[in-house]
Amino acid sequence: MAAVLTAGELRKGVKLEIDGEPYLITDFEFNKPGKGQSLYRCRLKNMITGIQFDRTYRSGDKFNSADLEEQEMQFLYSDGENYHFMNMSNFEQIEMTYEAVGDASHFLSENLLVNVLLFQGRPIGLSVPNFVDLQIVSSAPGIKGDTASGSTKPATLSTGHVIQVPLFVEEGETVRIDTRTGQYVERVKV
Amino acid sequence: METDNSGGLGGKRRFLETRCRVLGSIRAFFETEGFLEVQTPLLTAAPVPELHISPIPAGPRLFLSTSPELHMKRLLAAGFEKIFQITRSFRAGELGRFHHPEFTILEWYRLAADYTDLQRDCQKLVRAACRASRQSSDLFFHGSPIDCSSPWEKITVARAFEKFAGWVPGPNPDTDRFDLDMSQKVQKNLGFPAPCILEDYPVSQAALARIKPGNPEVAERFELFWAGVELANGFSELTDPVEQRMRFCSAIESKKRLEGIDYPMPEAFLLSLENLGPCAGIALGVDRLVMLLSDADSIDDVVAFGPQTA
Repeated sequence: MAAVLTAGELRKGVKLEIDGEPYLITDFEFNKPGKGQSLYRCRLKNMITGIQFDRTYRSGDKFNSADLEEQEMQFLYSDGENYHFMNMSNFEQIEMTYEAVGDASHFLSENLLVNVLLFQGRPIGLSVPNFVDLQIVSSAPGIKGDTASGSTKPATLSTGHVIQVPLFVEEGETVRIDTRTGQYVERVKV
Repeated sequence: METDNSGGLGGKRRFLETRCRVLGSIRAFFETEGFLEVQTPLLTAAPVPELHISPIPAGPRLFLSTSPELHMKRLLAAGFEKIFQITRSFRAGELGRFHHPEFTILEWYRLAADYTDLQRDCQKLVRAACRASRQSSDLFFHGSPIDCSSPWEKITVARAFEKFAGWVPGPNPDTDRFDLDMSQKVQKNLGFPAPCILEDYPVSQAALARIKPGNPEVAERFELFWAGVELANGFSELTDPVEQRMRFCSAIESKKRLEGIDYPMPEAFLLSLENLGPCAGIALGVDRLVMLLSDADSIDDVVAFGPQTA
């Protein structure tokens, strides 16, 4: 449920609803000139479009917090245009556009549990686990004798995303990836 | 691996040493000038009624002091002609890079003086603090070179607004527009590299200040800015008890409407005004002066314990 906030409650990280859209305060500054009124300068980021702008509020201004909730969902499949998920609490299926899924699409494998961010019940983004295991579907063989040099080669994941892996990693193997950096962590035995 | 269980206190040594030196230089300055150091109550039933300053309640009909101003003036009215105080003041809801709800304030008052005397005090005081605190020959604040020994600029509010905001406020400018432009256009340009005195505020922006003789549109109020930071606010004091009561009345009514709290009229202070001759007084943010002299990123750096760790 959206709550009513006063200007004094604005902080970095607070999420507001403005003109029917959710905004995140990414930067915040309290200012109070002399004996004048308090001013609250916010940098706001639209949580759907990513567009940012600055706005200054005064004490007395009131806001609705953005009606946001996170819901655990299972990734089912992509039909080329949309990504389909199942809500694990009510088993309803939802779909999200490529734009809403964003870079998380690099790491979506079938049955992966993700957290979908809902604004007024509408999916607007998702977060994947910090570490995911994905299969390498294609990668050139490593060069013999170069296994310890720290060199890397490109490898295509089952999602179609390409990452850099050490030379000893082979096609068909499963690797663990840190989704925050997009980097290879280790090989995993399946 | 060692972990820091001190809450970052160890990293504050440099700032706390500067703070100590600044406090020492302030006391030394006022001793040389023949001032009496006084202490006034932190707990009061009648805080200064000011529209944009909210006291923190401390019990039934009791508040933490938002500034020592009224008590200091009562001493002044009783004939203590030069007094100063370094104390804590408390203001609800003020939290930011330059604001803590509990902060250290320096106030000083002179009988038979006006705001130009205070401006001279400011120069001497800040230069003394600068000398006392200086660790290297070149001072910087947030990337800008600062210094307080070169001549200080003095500019009227009208001129500063014309220059930086593109309009000239009359005696009663729109408060929202004035505050916003002061905060976002004017203030950030003032006090580079040396401190700047911004003076002669529109009458409506100087509730406790005397009207300037010869120019009824402005009041004898000034603020001190250094590197865009508001450091002090002083004025030739309003000593007319009737006018003062009227202004308090209007603030008390507004606060009752806005905050739902019925603040009492500071009657003892108003009574003392009957005996108060011409005088001038000023408040200076000690934490901010320390910030400037130690290039601190935030007010959190210059106090041992801030609101998050207190």
